[in-house]
Amino acid sequence: METAPKPGKDVPPKKDKLQTKRKKPRRYWEEETVPTTAGASPGPPRNKKNRELRPQRPKNAYILKKSRISKKPQVPKKPREWKNPESQRGLSGAQDPFPGPAPVPVEVVQKFCRIDKSRKLPHSKAKTRSRLEVAEAKEEETSIKAARSELLLAEEPGFLEGEDGEDTAKICQADIVEAVDIASAAKHFDLNLRQFGPYRLNYSRTGRHLAFGGRRGHVAALDWVTKKLMCEINVMEAVRDIRFLHSEALLAVAQNRWLHIYDNQGIELHCIRRCDRVTRLEFLPFHFLLATASETGFLTYLDVSVGKIVAALNARAGRLDVMSQNPYNAVIHLGHSNGTVSLWSPAMKEPLAKILCHRGGVRAVAVDSTGTYMATSGLDHQLKIFDLRGTYQPLSTRTLPHGAGHPAFSQRGLLVAGMGDVVNIWAGQGKASPPSLEQPYLTHRLSGPVHGLQFCPFEDVLGVGHTGGITSMLVPGAGEPNFDGLESNPYRSRKQRQEWEVKALLEKVPAELICLDPRALAEVDVISLEQGKKEQIERLGYDPQAKAPFQPKPKQKGRSSTASLVKRKRKVMDEEHRDKVRQSLQQQHHKEAKAKPTGARPSALDRFVR
Amino acid sequence: MKVKMLSRNPDNYVRETKLDLQRVPRNYDPALHPFEVPREYIRALNATKLERVFAKPFLASLDGHRDGVNCLAKHPEKLATVLSGACDGEVRIWNLTQRNCIRTIQAHEGFVRGICTRFCGTSFFTVGDDKTVKQWKMDGPGYGDEEEPLHTILGKTVYTGIDHHWKEAVFATCGQQVDIWDEQRTNPICSMTWGFDSISSVKFNPIETFLLGSCASDRNIVLYDMRQATPLKKVILDMRTNTICWNPMEAFIFTAANEDYNLYTFDMRALDTPVMVHMDHVSAVLDVDYSPTGKEFVSASFDKSIRIFPVDKSRSREVYHTKRMQHVICVKWTSDSKYIMCGSDEMNIRLWKANASEKLGLTSREKAAKDYNQKLKEKFQHYPHIKRIARHRHLPKSIYSQIQEQRIMKEARRRKEVNRIKHSKPGSVPLVSEKKKHVVAVVK
Repeated sequence: METAPKPGKDVPPKKDKLQTKRKKPRRYWEEETVPTTAGASPGPPRNKKNRELRPQRPKNAYILKKSRISKKPQVPKKPREWKNPESQRGLSGAQDPFPGPAPVPVEVVQKFCRIDKSRKLPHSKAKTRSRLEVAEAKEEETSIKAARSELLLAEEPGFLEGEDGEDTAKICQADIVEAVDIASAAKHFDLNLRQFGPYRLNYSRTGRHLAFGGRRGHVAALDWVTKKLMCEINVMEAVRDIRFLHSEALLAVAQNRWLHIYDNQGIELHCIRRCDRVTRLEFLPFHFLLATASETGFLTYLDVSVGKIVAALNARAGRLDVMSQNPYNAVIHLGHSNGTVSLWSPAMKEPLAKILCHRGGVRAVAVDSTGTYMATSGLDHQLKIFDLRGTYQPLSTRTLPHGAGHPAFSQRGLLVAGMGDVVNIWAGQGKASPPSLEQPYLTHRLSGPVHGLQFCPFEDVLGVGHTGGITSMLVPGAGEPNFDGLESNPYRSRKQRQEWEVKALLEKVPAELICLDPRALAEVDVISLEQGKKEQIERLGYDPQAKAPFQPKPKQKGRSSTASLVKRKRKVMDEEHRDKVRQSLQQQHHKEAKAKPTGARPSALDRFVR
Repeated sequence: MKVKMLSRNPDNYVRETKLDLQRVPRNYDPALHPFEVPREYIRALNATKLERVFAKPFLASLDGHRDGVNCLAKHPEKLATVLSGACDGEVRIWNLTQRNCIRTIQAHEGFVRGICTRFCGTSFFTVGDDKTVKQWKMDGPGYGDEEEPLHTILGKTVYTGIDHHWKEAVFATCGQQVDIWDEQRTNPICSMTWGFDSISSVKFNPIETFLLGSCASDRNIVLYDMRQATPLKKVILDMRTNTICWNPMEAFIFTAANEDYNLYTFDMRALDTPVMVHMDHVSAVLDVDYSPTGKEFVSASFDKSIRIFPVDKSRSREVYHTKRMQHVICVKWTSDSKYIMCGSDEMNIRLWKANASEKLGLTSREKAAKDYNQKLKEKFQHYPHIKRIARHRHLPKSIYSQIQEQRIMKEARRRKEVNRIKHSKPGSVPLVSEKKKHVVAVVK
């Protein structure tokens, strides 16, 4: 291929090195040809004019950028798309150096894929089967398209990297504030509120508003970005916890006796006396449920859209003061003094699961936004990270000198915990990996012991409530950079909020649908299906879906005598019978192979085993 | 130390002036959209409920006939023009957009038995009880002129139906026999009979244009090829078929409206088993017409209702009825597949939407929302709660009680059959499927 562009002819050698190093996103058809040919095709040699017109190395920068994002093998393309390279040429005769659609990284496609392709399609009727196949192909296409749309995301996540050998944990907030732009630096602030101390705090779902309540009754809500105060009141009672409801207009405050709901002016709207001595609050935004854990040992679900108590569950484990929600499936995790964490849904009177996590009591629980990891800290001074994907086994454990309190996960998987007046943040390798507890990512010392921690959604900010007031810390890489405007938009106007509220209320998920696997609703209900089939057979007296017995088709004249018909029928029946026998034999073999104790030495007493 | 903080420029996310649209950045990452399945399920549930709320299919009633409407015909080129023939021999031409009658012709003495338009839309044919076939111009006569047919053919027997060829100047009538006429001649090109009987309807195949189907009162459906002098084959059913209609998309498929309350969709290559038996009417089915998409058809029944069936389903997806509508004699699906017309005994022609809850005149955003909801409804259609709402129809008491009664009768028959099988020698009493039950014989 004489027409191939010569790499590195007019490019500085350093860049060339970079290129060879980051050459990953190579199109797969290049592998078959000589590595120097970029857009090689087995077509005839082009004319001179074309050669001059062709770019030297098309879209270098773009490829580099892409490779940084993906660095993954490409999605295999259907070969029939490239069967005829001649057809790729445009009207002018110039050949497209990158024919066909742009490749998509497999990992990103995987993220959008909603079907499990490892599972085989069931044996079903041809019509159903073809419909399933079509649906599967469509699903694949949509996931590829969705993955391709990632390119349109405007923002990139923040990061903090030390120079060679520099520990990021040693970088203090003042350094970060100095290094970043003014707008980001303004996000670091301290509210000095020593009088009413220790504070609990909560960010609204859009991350725009901050509410905090002090032990001595001080409750305030503000737009923390513009620092505009919405309301400030003193409820003249101990405040145990504070939580925004679905929007920033409503505020639930767990006070010493009862649960109160205030609006954004600080006007008391409701006093809910059925929830008394509440210690912790959690709000499930898609179900419009406010979960309260009380000193009396009850976990109460209050539907805030209709004001009804959906369920009041007695956990039978004494005082409840450790609670967190799993944002993936809206299951409430309660920590108990006997070291177990129990998982609750309002549909069940009993816990969905109980996990023994610590030797002593459980101090605090947190679940990450994908519902994969749970961090627990106990009175045994341990901080553990559990896998919630079915195994419920600890992935990593760390013993800390003072133990850890108030752990919280950020949207991108950072874990924070307070130890006395120090805040420690741990980070994982990537977004989907658990935070490694070996080395903290950042630390910060506060003026008093920590009492409440929460990462601000969609911002690189951590809110810390402590005895001395509120601190807003900068944590680069904590927040999700690209929000979805229809889900939670920090920049929404009042009108948009109202519209969103109506939509959200319309699609309020009923409390009965809360279970461990939120996709369970999309699965086939096999039990009731089989039950229904059984009932149908009983009612009809025969199985309508049973395979009809073989009926030989009449053949040409003279060929289908009765004897030959019977013979053909017999043949098919025998073959079916043989198949059945073969299958049952195979099953027996399997059973025997499973039943046999492998590796154990035969004992002399085995002969007495029947 | 290298540090980058997430710092958004609000200008990129907030609209500049109040006249702009709000900016809505999207991120389709599933982690930002939790509870996908339950939320979609609730959306589907809401969409299904709204569909039932907005199901108001009745559009207009065209009154003017002075006797029951016996036959309807569509104009092949104008969507708004509809022709109807009544039992007093009157033919009316209607404008659907203005919902009024634009022309009235006293065409026959006695019933107008059949009406059909020429494929070019310039003229139409009527047959009546007065043993005549008349051809009329589509445009009315000039001022002062009298309404007169272009041609009149005087026959020997009563004609009960007429249909025009889809491409050529040929039409077919039925009565004692099936006659095929050239438009220019007063004698039929050929007449075909198979036994002696009164044939109630004849229909040309819209794709294989030489094929015809007819149904007679001796319970059979006969297929003809215009190019040969004798009929092709016939199938005999349990009871009389009133009309047939060919599928406009699949040449081999036709549906027969039967007196035994059922409709049968046949593949003409294999007449011994119908492709589908459509059951839901509680009285004789009088007329059937396909949607131009060939996916659905509408049937008119003596039980004062019309039903819409998908071709591949045995149960109807929709039933339309009103208090005032009496026995529906004829029904037509308009050529834009959006509306249904039916003519009934009490002298009215009614116009319905084919999709009961369809909103007419959508903006693009509304259309996107509608498509999304449609897909959701389809995805969750088998969920019991959604199925119950989507399937629910209010029925007049007469139909409702009839359905209950017939269900009991059917159950009793089935139980008897099961018992008979149970108490006889295995294999001696064959299990006959519902499809095969109604076909008596196929004759070639």
